[in-house]
Formats: sequence, structure tokens, C-alpha cells
Amino acid sequence: MSTPTRTPTGAPEHLTGPGSGGVGDDAQRPDGVLKVRGEFAYGSDLWMEDMLWGVTLRSPHPYARIRSIDTSAALATPGVSAVLTSDDVPGEKVYGLELADQPVLALDVVRYQGEPVALVAADHPETARLAAARIHVDYDVLEPVTDARTALGHPTWNQVHDSTAEVTELSRESAHLHPEGNLVRHLKVRTGDPAPTADVVVVGEYEVGMQDQAFLGPEAGLAVPAEDGGVELHVATQWLHVDQKQICSALALPPEQVRLTLAGVGGAFGGREDLSMHVHACLLALRTGRPVKMSYNREESFFGHVHRHPATMRYEHGATRDGELVYVKAAIYFDGGAYASSTPAVVGNGGTMGIGPYVVPNVHVDCYGAYTNNPPCGAMRGFGSVQTAFAYESQMDALAAELGMDPVELRCRNAMEEGSATPTGQVIDSPAPVAELLRRLEAMPLPAASGDGEVDLRDMPGGVSNTTHGEGVRRGVGYAVAYKNVAFSEGYDDHSTARVRLEVVGGEPTATVHTAAAEVGQGLVTVEQQIARTELGVERVVVHPKDTSVGSAGSTSASRQTYVTGGAVKAACAKVREQVVARAERLVGRTVPDLRLAGGAVVSDSEDITVPLADLLGDDVLEETLEWRHRPTEAIDPETGQGFAHVQYAFSAHRAVVDVDTELGLVKVVEMACTQDVGKAINPQAVVGQIQGGTAQGLGLAVMEEILIKDGKVRNPSFTDYLIPTILDMPPMRIEVLEYADPHAPYGLRGVGEAPNISSGPAVLAAIRAATGLPLTRVPVRPEHITGT
Amino acid sequence: MDFLQPVTWAEALEAKAAHPDAVPIAGGTDVMVGLNFGHLRPALLLDLTRVADLRDWAVTDGAVRLGAGVSYARVISELGDRLPGLAMASRTIGSPQIRNRGTVAGNLATASPAGDAHPALLAAGAEVEVASVRGTRRIPIDDFYTGVKRNAMDGDELITAVHVVPPSGPQQYSKIGTRNAMVISVAAFGLALHPDRRAVGTGIGSAAPTPRRAPAAEEFLAGELDSSGLWESRAELPEATIARFGELVAAAAAPIDDVRGSARYRVHALSVMARRALTWAWADHRSATQEA
Repeated sequence: MSTPTRTPTGAPEHLTGPGSGGVGDDAQRPDGVLKVRGEFAYGSDLWMEDMLWGVTLRSPHPYARIRSIDTSAALATPGVSAVLTSDDVPGEKVYGLELADQPVLALDVVRYQGEPVALVAADHPETARLAAARIHVDYDVLEPVTDARTALGHPTWNQVHDSTAEVTELSRESAHLHPEGNLVRHLKVRTGDPAPTADVVVVGEYEVGMQDQAFLGPEAGLAVPAEDGGVELHVATQWLHVDQKQICSALALPPEQVRLTLAGVGGAFGGREDLSMHVHACLLALRTGRPVKMSYNREESFFGHVHRHPATMRYEHGATRDGELVYVKAAIYFDGGAYASSTPAVVGNGGTMGIGPYVVPNVHVDCYGAYTNNPPCGAMRGFGSVQTAFAYESQMDALAAELGMDPVELRCRNAMEEGSATPTGQVIDSPAPVAELLRRLEAMPLPAASGDGEVDLRDMPGGVSNTTHGEGVRRGVGYAVAYKNVAFSEGYDDHSTARVRLEVVGGEPTATVHTAAAEVGQGLVTVEQQIARTELGVERVVVHPKDTSVGSAGSTSASRQTYVTGGAVKAACAKVREQVVARAERLVGRTVPDLRLAGGAVVSDSEDITVPLADLLGDDVLEETLEWRHRPTEAIDPETGQGFAHVQYAFSAHRAVVDVDTELGLVKVVEMACTQDVGKAINPQAVVGQIQGGTAQGLGLAVMEEILIKDGKVRNPSFTDYLIPTILDMPPMRIEVLEYADPHAPYGLRGVGEAPNISSGPAVLAAIRAATGLPLTRVPVRPEHITGT
Repeated sequence: MDFLQPVTWAEALEAKAAHPDAVPIAGGTDVMVGLNFGHLRPALLLDLTRVADLRDWAVTDGAVRLGAGVSYARVISELGDRLPGLAMASRTIGSPQIRNRGTVAGNLATASPAGDAHPALLAAGAEVEVASVRGTRRIPIDDFYTGVKRNAMDGDELITAVHVVPPSGPQQYSKIGTRNAMVISVAAFGLALHPDRRAVGTGIGSAAPTPRRAPAAEEFLAGELDSSGLWESRAELPEATIARFGELVAAAAAPIDDVRGSARYRVHALSVMARRALTWAWADHRSATQEA
């Protein structure tokens, strides 16, 4: 098979940059220089000389029955090689991460606007688009179901005192979008007194809009037909092996004939966990016998991946007069959109961690995921915990106000700590410094007041748009703390595979790390090098291309790769090291208890032994491959939610300082401060980068990021109107990274990426509330919410 | 799609006469977005970037004649003193890259109600110089915007330049966006005080089918300033005058609810922006030395 060429010079498989630095160092990214220079090849840069372009025809309707599809005019278009519909899918016609409910190409019904209906391959992308427009689809347009509670037949709020049996029964009035009904999952958490009472009670209803991952590199890949009748797919994705499994199912091919290689990924944030163009490109390539490239533009990308679940939530908190939480009741609704995607797991997180990192003796949570005709929602950074954090942290502020207590004080009084039990009955068996995170934030100095000295418009709400010189501006400060499970939960076999090779190349000992763990921009390739350097005592570490010729690494999501694939690389290195040490002992002729690898040699601290690896290995290649698992979790009880559901928790807290133009409703976030416990910072600079990025994404949801939907149709599928923070919106940060080792994790590390995305937004919301005095129960906060217009 | 690249103005006008449907492209900051999203599929693109005549500005007959090819970045760096309102509007546009490419003439050609330059041009009383093989004419800015993304130009005409008289008094410009940079206007307001003519100029953006002035607000304020001798006395403006001006500006708008904001918010924001802009402009007027 020929290898795809890429127009830019630096392909992601050639990550052999000189680099240095072991565990705990600010090692430089092997792909960093290429990316800064614009020379890194992303999926959209894939190219082969004889390739065709694939294009997707999508449904314009959120809900419709397909009467017929006429492809004749498209097929007759000069330059077109193939036009495919669901009839051309040889294997299973539906796929999905957790439930196979999503058609590869629409069957008889389309359930969301943008659902793929047909495919075209042509010699030019414009020709393919033109031909796609000539496919005639006869739709019988149906009335879409666009609200999660309506879909479930819960048009009024679930009265949390009522029995759940009543409210889970689906309304006969709401159309069943799937044969089993519109309920994807209902998670119950029941602990303590079912009818608790408290001195002080606050009730609130909250809403979180639909956020997009807004990765900068749209979906792209290149499928190349192989001589063995299989296909090679180069694709920007998050989890090669779960893609492979679903592609095999759709193509009716065995895994040996569906080989995937990771193309350059321009961000993911969960949005690449589901399939996009994967099966489509393979179908077209196998049909035409030619390589087929598919590359979405920005608008198509908004329809081509899942989004963050919008949520509506009702919370009731009861506390004693001195601020001790007595109970929390919550009803949480996630709108999963047209297909399940990872809704069941999102419900799992939302339900099990939905009251926040607090000790509460009596908990009653109902968390639902529903099918609607809105765009499918699935994985996004924070995964079910982002939404609930807005609600539970708003509740904590409301409770503090009701009690006349300081909001930080109230949080600290109820904070989880090591040894605390979660509402699911899990005793936290590693550090949980919730109160310390908050106290450290509190101790940080506050930024100077605005308007001191000459006005710099860039510091004002509205920026250089010149809407205020200080008029109407009020400052607010808000705090929030959050926690998030790391890695996959509820009994999932969450493993990773690593292959580590040690050999001498050009006289230099060289380690090669081969995993299928997707590098999506987060820096796992750097971490893999750092671990190999530390464990094997060599400088030169090559990161092998990420592909399916090695076993699954699991998903690049759930803040898990440094933990799980890092753990696998560490363990594989240890096995290689054992071989090296055994060789050295054979050479020395006896057992030396403290032999270790450092500086490219086997050395001993107690004896004067230095055996260079170059001499020890010669032309031999040492290689080890192993699967590594974190300690197992278990499924939770379906009626009570009790169980050891999560392997590890990550904790972070934010303080937000905002200036709000209260007359115009414009917000300037002045400063974000974050404290986070990461157990052990494998790469401190990358940890800070994750905290900054997660903070920006949380801030975005708090004040601007929302996919606006009306009657099931997306109104803003572009970066013109789906706004993400710019450098003028994202302020400087104060960051304190704590390192309390988790004794169960490799190096004591904790997953980093998601926690700061969760606590950031609620802190911003709290600060805007403090500045305006308004209740503000919906995010993103729009100017209209502040001005009352 | 064909592509024409004239190097002289005469060639450009001949090309436009021969192909009235040709879409002119200069900075491309609107046209390329249209092409990329498939909203625009012209048979012919007419690239004006090679026409040297369009690239410069000059002061003629007391007015700045701004060539159609002058970028927003140059308006900011070279004309901030002469055309302060337009420069303030230009600062709110896009990113540095967009300001390096985009032009005021492009804003006029697209004639979007959300175009950032329009309120400043309306307030200043600009004129648009357009040309065709038939000749040249100057269109007062008040007559230029004829509908949503429509203007008063004929199919064979191209924009040559924009004429703006440097102001005799202070100018202000404010724009609402839902983030602090790189954002399309939700509502915008331009204000120019003309002490020489004892007149007030206004411009409203993103709050009606076209950019428009607020004539009642202009007349009210000019009348108040006149009758109370405020132009000369430079005394503080009565709060009631400022408030009434804001109300009248807001009343001139005819906005809609859309994905960027509600009609009610736009009306409210205009009243706030108008009050603040007047306050700032009047403070400038009060602190300015006697005009020449």
C-alpha cells in the first residue's frame, strides 16, 4: 500500500525531536516547533495523488420520514465516482459508542438536522458538493420533539418528594423517537433519610445551554483501499480502537482488514469520540477502489460531531442554621439529542457527582438522559459534571446568602476530605483537599480595582468597542469548587496497551514507545517520552505513530491518558528494564541489588559499576508489550446508586473577578485564579496549560458559548455567531498546583484536563451575580439577562 | 468561477461594464466568507487589489478622499487624527489580520446593516464616490443604503473612494458585541458634533434593515445646544437633555430579534450608548480649545 503524503513537511509520525526531560520536568513537546511554525500536518492536510473527495448529504430537517432517495442525477454528474445510501452499508447499519442506535446513513427516518443521508465521491470537492445537491430526497416532515422533559413526559418539574415511579412513566403524548422510548438512562442516588427536614431550605432551578467543543481542526480523514480487500484509514480521532470496532461492524470486515492510523488532530475535547466521516470514507474508498479524503468545513463540523448536553436542573438544599448540609435533592435532565452517543455515561457522572464535593448525609438524586430531535450530545470535557456544577455551586451561594454566611466558609464547612463518603457510598481513599483549595484561593491577593488611573479600553467590559469608560461598571468576586472522576467508571474494563522497545541506533540508546493513545493536542506524546526517559535512563525516545497495530489505549478522554497509558508505558518500561538489568548482572556475573538505568547506562550507587547500554545491547532489540489496568470499579446499584463507581477524583477550585457593565450587560472577566491538586505534575508546564485551557472553556460557557437551537434547527453553525473567548476575554490567571500523591496511581498523579473546566464557569457566574445582585440561573449569561431586556 | 485582475482603474471599469454580475473583491473579508460557506457562487470575481489608484488617501477640497483599497489598519494608523469617528469604528472590526485586509469601501459594497463603518460615515456626513465607464458620481451617505445588503450603486459601478470631511468637533463611536473583541455588532452608534455647522450627526448600526441616522435626536440636540447657547458657553449638558437624546436615538431604531440579540436589548443598548457617547463628546467639546 502506498503511504499518504502530506503537504506540510512535518508529519505527526516523525516525532523524534531531540527533547529532554523526565517525569516532573517541563519537557518540550516533540510536535511543538512544527505546530508553532505551521508545519504540522493535520487530518485536513492528508493528500494522495489519485484520491477522490467524499462529501456528505445531510438532512435539512430535524425529524422526517424518508419516502425515497433518487441518486440518478448525482451519479450522472461528470467526475462523480460513487453515490451511496444506507443500502450500500454492507454490515450493521447502525453504530454507537454505548448503544448502537445511530444509522451510518439514514434509514427510513432522520432524527436531527444534519443527519447524514447519502455520500458522494468525486474527483473534486466542488463536483462532489454539486452532485450531492442533485440527490433528491423526498421527506415527509414530522413535528420534532425538542425538549428533554417533554420527551420524557415530565412537562412539569419532577417533584422530588414524589415517588419516581410516577415520573418515569413516559407520556403517551410525546412521540417515541426510538423503539424503546425516549428515556436513555435514569440514574437514582438514594442515601440516608428519604424524608429529611432542615432549618434552612433553598430551592433553585438552573439551565445550561448547549456548548460546542469548538476544536479548531474540523473532522478529516483519508481512507485508502488495501490490496487484501481491507482499508487503511488515516483519521483525526480520540480513540482508534473504538472507531475500528464500529467501522468493522459497519463494513462487515475483521479488525485485521481495518487498519487505523492517527492523523494530526486539531483539538478534540470529546467531540471526536463518536464516529464522523470514518465509515463514510471507508465505504467510498472500498466502492471506488481509490483513496477518498473527507474534510468537513466549519459549518459542517457543527453538524458533524456531538455537543455538550444542555441541562435543566432543580435542586433543593437543606442545612442547619450553622451551615451544615442536611440534605440535597436534585432532578437533573440532560438533553441527549437524537442518538445515545455517551449519554448513559454522562448521566452516570451527572447523577453520581451531581451534588459537588460536599459531605451530605441525605441525598436523593434523579438524573435523566433523554432522546429528542435536537443535535446529538455526547462527550465533552467535564462530561456531565460541568452542568451540575453550575447548579450545585449556585445553590451553595444561595444557601450562604440565606444563612448570612460567607460562601467560602459554607463550602469549607461541608467540604469532602480524605475518608469522606460520597453520596454513592464510596469512601475517598486518597487526598481530597477541597477546603485547602478554597482557602488558598481566598489568600491570594485581589486584582486592583478598575478605573484606577487612565482608562484602558481593553480592560473595560466591551473592550475597544468603546461602550464604557467606567459608567455602570461594578465588580464582583465568585468562588466555585468541583470534582470529577478520572478515567472510565462503573465497572468498565478501562485498560491501555504499551509496547516499549530499547535498542541502540547510531551508537545511541533509543527507546521507542508505541501506543494507540490519541494525541489531540494535550501533550501525551511528551508524557510518553518523559516516562520512558525516567524509567529507562535514556535521552532519545521515539514516539511511534499511533495506530491499531498495537492494542487499545482506550479513549483520550475522561482525563485518563496520563494515568492509564502513562501507567502502561511505565509498566512496559519496567519490564524492559528488568531485561536490561538481568543482562547487566550476567555481564557482571552476580546480583547487584541497586542496579538502575541512568545516563544511557546501567549503574549502581553502591558499587562502581557503569555499563553503557550501547555496549550491553549491541545489535539486540529488547521489546515488551503489556496491557495495564487501574484498579477495577464496579457498577452502581440501579435503585440506590451505591457502589465503588469511580477510580479517582480530581479536585479544582476557582476564584473569578469580573467587571460587569450593569447597564449594557457586558462582562469583562478581570482575573481567574485556580487551585488544583494534580497528585504529581508529570509535566508542570503542560499542567498549567490544561488549567488555563480548561478555565477558558468554562469561562466561555459562562458568558458566551452556546449552540442556539430553534425547533430542532441550529441557528449559529459558524464561528461568526458561535463565540469562543478571545485573548481580551480570557484574563491573566493565578494558578497554584498542589501535588498530594494518590497512592493508587502511577507516580501518584491525578488526571488534570477536566476539573478546571468544571469549576471555572460557576465561579464566573457567581462573580457576575455578586456584581449585579441578580439571581442569574442560566448560562451562558447574555446581556439581556443582566439588563432585563 | 472566473477571475479577472485588472491593473488599471479603466480596465476595472470596463470589466465591470462587461460583466455587471462580477463580484468585486478587495480585502475579501466578506467575499471569501461567502464563498467558503457556499452563500456566494459568483460566475466571476473582479480582483481590485492590483489597481494602484485605489490604494491611497489624500486631502482634497478640505475632505479626506479615502481610496477604496485603503485598509482599516491604515485608517487607524494614518487617519486617527483626521477621521476620529471612522478610526474608532475601525478599531472595533475583527482581528488585526482582518483590519489589515478589510476596507471601508468593502463595508459599503456589502452594505450589511451590521457593517461597522456605517454609523461613523452617517454621523460624519460622508459621500461615496462611485464610477463606471459612463462617468463618476458622488452619492451622499444618506442615500447610499437602500435595503438589507443593498446599496444605491448600479451594476456597472465600482466604489472609487469615500469622502469624509474632518470634523470641527468631537466624534464618538460605540459598538455592542457579546464578547470583547472580534465580534459582529449587536448594535452600534456613531456621533459627531459639528460646531461649525451647529449641527449634530448620528448613525445607528445593526438595529434596522439598513444603517440609518436618528434625525429627531439630531434636531433635538442641535436645537437644545442652540437655544441654550451651549455651543459657545460649553456649559455642562443638562441630564434631561442627555436622557432625551438617548431616548430619541433608541426611538429611531427598528431592530429585530435574532441570534445575536433581542430587539428590546438593541433599543435599550442604543439609548445607553447614545447617552454615554454624548457625555464623552461633550466633555471633549468642553475641554477643547476654541475651534479655528
